[in-house]
Order: sequence, then C-alpha cells, then structure tokens
Amino acid sequence: MINLELPSSEEKIRGLKIGDEVHIFGTMITARDAAHKYLIEEQPDYIRPYLENSLIYHCGPVVKKSNGAWSFVAAGPTTSIREEPYEGTVIQNYNVRGVIGKGGMGDKTLAALNEHGAVYLHAIGGLASLLAQSVKEVKDVFMLEEFGVPEAMWVIEVEDFPAVVTMDPHKNSIHTKIKSESTEQANRLIHPVV
Amino acid sequence: MATAIDERALEEQVYDLIVRASTDLPEDVVRAMKEARSHEKDGTSAKNVFGMLLQNVDLAREAKTPICQDTGTNIYHVHYPAGTSTLQLRKVIKRATERATKDSILRPNAVDPITGKNSGNNLGTENPFFHFEEWEDDALEIKLMLKGGGCENVSGQYKLPDSSLDAGRDLNGVYKTIIDAVNNAQGLGCAPGIIGAGVGGDRATSHLTAKKQLFRKLDDDNPDAELAKMEKRLYKDLNSLGIGPMGFGGKTTVLGVKLGTAHRVPASYFVSIAYMCWAYRRHSLTLKNGEVIYD
Repeated sequence: MINLELPSSEEKIRGLKIGDEVHIFGTMITARDAAHKYLIEEQPDYIRPYLENSLIYHCGPVVKKSNGAWSFVAAGPTTSIREEPYEGTVIQNYNVRGVIGKGGMGDKTLAALNEHGAVYLHAIGGLASLLAQSVKEVKDVFMLEEFGVPEAMWVIEVEDFPAVVTMDPHKNSIHTKIKSESTEQANRLIHPVV
Repeated sequence: MATAIDERALEEQVYDLIVRASTDLPEDVVRAMKEARSHEKDGTSAKNVFGMLLQNVDLAREAKTPICQDTGTNIYHVHYPAGTSTLQLRKVIKRATERATKDSILRPNAVDPITGKNSGNNLGTENPFFHFEEWEDDALEIKLMLKGGGCENVSGQYKLPDSSLDAGRDLNGVYKTIIDAVNNAQGLGCAPGIIGAGVGGDRATSHLTAKKQLFRKLDDDNPDAELAKMEKRLYKDLNSLGIGPMGFGGKTTVLGVKLGTAHRVPASYFVSIAYMCWAYRRHSLTLKNGEVIYD
C-alpha cells in the first residue's frame, strides 16, 4: 500500500506502476463531461491552482447541504472513457498529475500519462457510501448553477481514499491486457473449431 | 373490485420503496456476491474488490445512504387492478421522487438533452420511466429498479443474422451476441454484471423484454426449459472470459443471465441486452387488502 499525498511531485508519480494500491490524501477536484468540455473550450484561469500537481476525480456525487455547508453523501467514480477526447490535453494544459475514475481510458490518455508524468487511478465503481466517508471536507464548488450537482466541479479534501493504478506513466495498462485475453476467449466461444 | 388509492399513504410507501432501492441491496444479490467472492483467490484484486463492495453495501444499508451515487434512471413497472387510475399513480410516484431527491436519496439525474439543464428534481420527459400493465389480481404491485448510466451505456441491441459473429437466427446466434456484448463491455458496466436479454420483438419491445428480465430473482428458474439451459450455459461461459470485478481480472464477470422472448415480425430478429451493474438495485411493494408488503 502506497500513500499518495496531494499535491504530488512528478517524480513520485513516475514511481507508480500498474497494480499498485494507493491511498490518497489531500485536495483534489471533481470534473466530468461538462467540466472537461469547459476546461478545453473556455480555458478558465481561476481553476488552475486546483488542478496543478493534483488529481481530477471523475465523479458526480450525491451531496447534502446543512447549515450552509456542503457534504458528500455518495461519491463513487463515473466512467472515464467519455473524457478520452479531452483528457490528454487537460493533463498537459493544467499540469495535472492524474485522474481517478473507472473503466480505464484509451491510447491518447496513456500517451499523455507517459509524456507529462501522470497516472490513471481506478476507484471501485459503486463504492459510493464508503468513498464519501473518505471525503472529509467540501472546500468549494464551481459551475454548480450552470452544470447541476453531478457535473459541477467540487473541490474536496480526501483522506485514505483507496484506488488502484491501472494505467501508469510507463505506457502500461491493465485494461489493454485483460481485454486482449478476454477477446481471445470470446473468439473461441463465438467461433468454435469444429 | 379495486379500492380507491389513499394518496398520502401511498406516497409514503413509494418513498420507502425508493429508500430501499437506493440504499439496501436485495438479499439474492448479496448472496450471489458472497458466493462469487468465495470462488476468487485470496490476495487477488477480485477478492479485495468484493470485500470492499460488501462493506459498502453494509454501510449504505446502516447509514441509509445511496449504494451508488448514480441513482440512475428510475424504472417503474407497475401491475394494477381494474379501475386504478394510472394518472393518479404517476402523480403520487412523482411526488415521492421529488422528496427523495431533496433528501439526497436520489441524485438529480434528469438532464434536458438540448439545453443541458438538469431539472434538479428527477422529473422530466419520460423521467421517471413508467410501464403499466393491468392484471386480474386485486393487488397493486409497484416494482422499481435504479439503473445507472454506466451499465446502460454498455447495453445494446443486435440484429440477426450477424455475419461478423457467424450468428444466425436461432438460440445459438443469441448466445454469440451475448458473449460479444459482455466482452465489449469489459469492466465498464461495473462488473460483475447481470444480463437481461430480450429475444425478438421490435426494437422497443425487445429492449423492454430485456429490462423485464432484470426484475426476476437471481436464483429463479426460467419456466422455458430451453431458455433455462441457455441461461446456465451463458453464465458458465461468460465467467470464463476472465474480465472479473471492475475489469481487473478474475473468475466473476457476471452474477446472472436472464432471457425472455417476444414475438417478432418475419423480417426482424433483434437481441437486446440490458447490462445491469453489480449494484443491482431493485425492490417492489405490493398493496393488498390495505396491507403493504415490501420485497
């Protein structure tokens, strides 16, 4: 088990490899579909400090507001591949050290991880109540009115947030390996040799 | 003879149903997950994932918080006795939905596809989704499934014959499409998944048939012997793909396979595949003789 403190250095991230289990501590920001489009098209400067050397979490949480303060009630990862057209450029432009999501991403992102020293961390899909407990504080929220609760960019402080490295800065992806093995087996089942 | 609906009482009951669906994973699913965990090797990611998922299930049930933040499309399948007003049922269910959203039991999930605006209360065109069927029983049965977007995105529809799969217009062809669909899904639908398949119908009824299968219990037997046999064969073969929980690899790729059929026109042969994530959130309530039973 590796503790990953945010903000993180590029050197520390380059030391990670697929299969590593990490626990994340520090401040990160959620961003999903609408936010990625926004980061590319509008290039807002005010958001840079939240992304610099930190992580983007692909998550659309269930939230609660009591006594004027937001908290996360359920907060598992959402499918990452939808951000494939944007992610490499976002990592480069905002100096992000990686993303947390589920399902893995494609070749373009894998290349960006290698080039810029970033990592893909897989959180467990549907682990929403448990992961919400790792979110100790909601520090801020951006674009809430425009994007709605799931798509807004939530700045959160996490502690002991569990994830697995499934794509590393050395061009390795667990997803590619599993897919090629399962496809071999699927082909044996679909096209049996008679 | 149908009795009049007590709107206030029913709204509370539907609210309870939504809370159960969002926070309490059904027993048959928990059993299947525990069983699957016992087949995975110690120290593997697959085993660890099951451990955490089951921990999350317990926590959600105790704390009454959503098992998954994507509380999905709210799918209602309702059986009602003669004389019941489905307009009234819609109204009551919508009120309960709005309240459950306000109480953070449901995430606001209804987005206008053109403006991108989230309605904020889970109400919108075809949201929640209702399927009503009158039956001869004098009971009212409301079944609810919360189906997340991740698993809906890997669901799909095939048209047979399909030459790339060597799949003809028969049950063996159906088998091939399901192997292909689950392989294409990898971990993206939050594996291990539950596969509901609709064979035949037109494009819409084929999908409806697939979704209906997901309301069955995991341990039930298909009344059609040939379909029952195919469900077992698919369960075994899909689990040989090695995709595993979350797509990390492992012995458990699906928790169940359920097949249903609908008559088709001679020209069409559709196979629709409804992939449900492991967070298989479905419960029902039955109102009979003034008594309510939750399942």
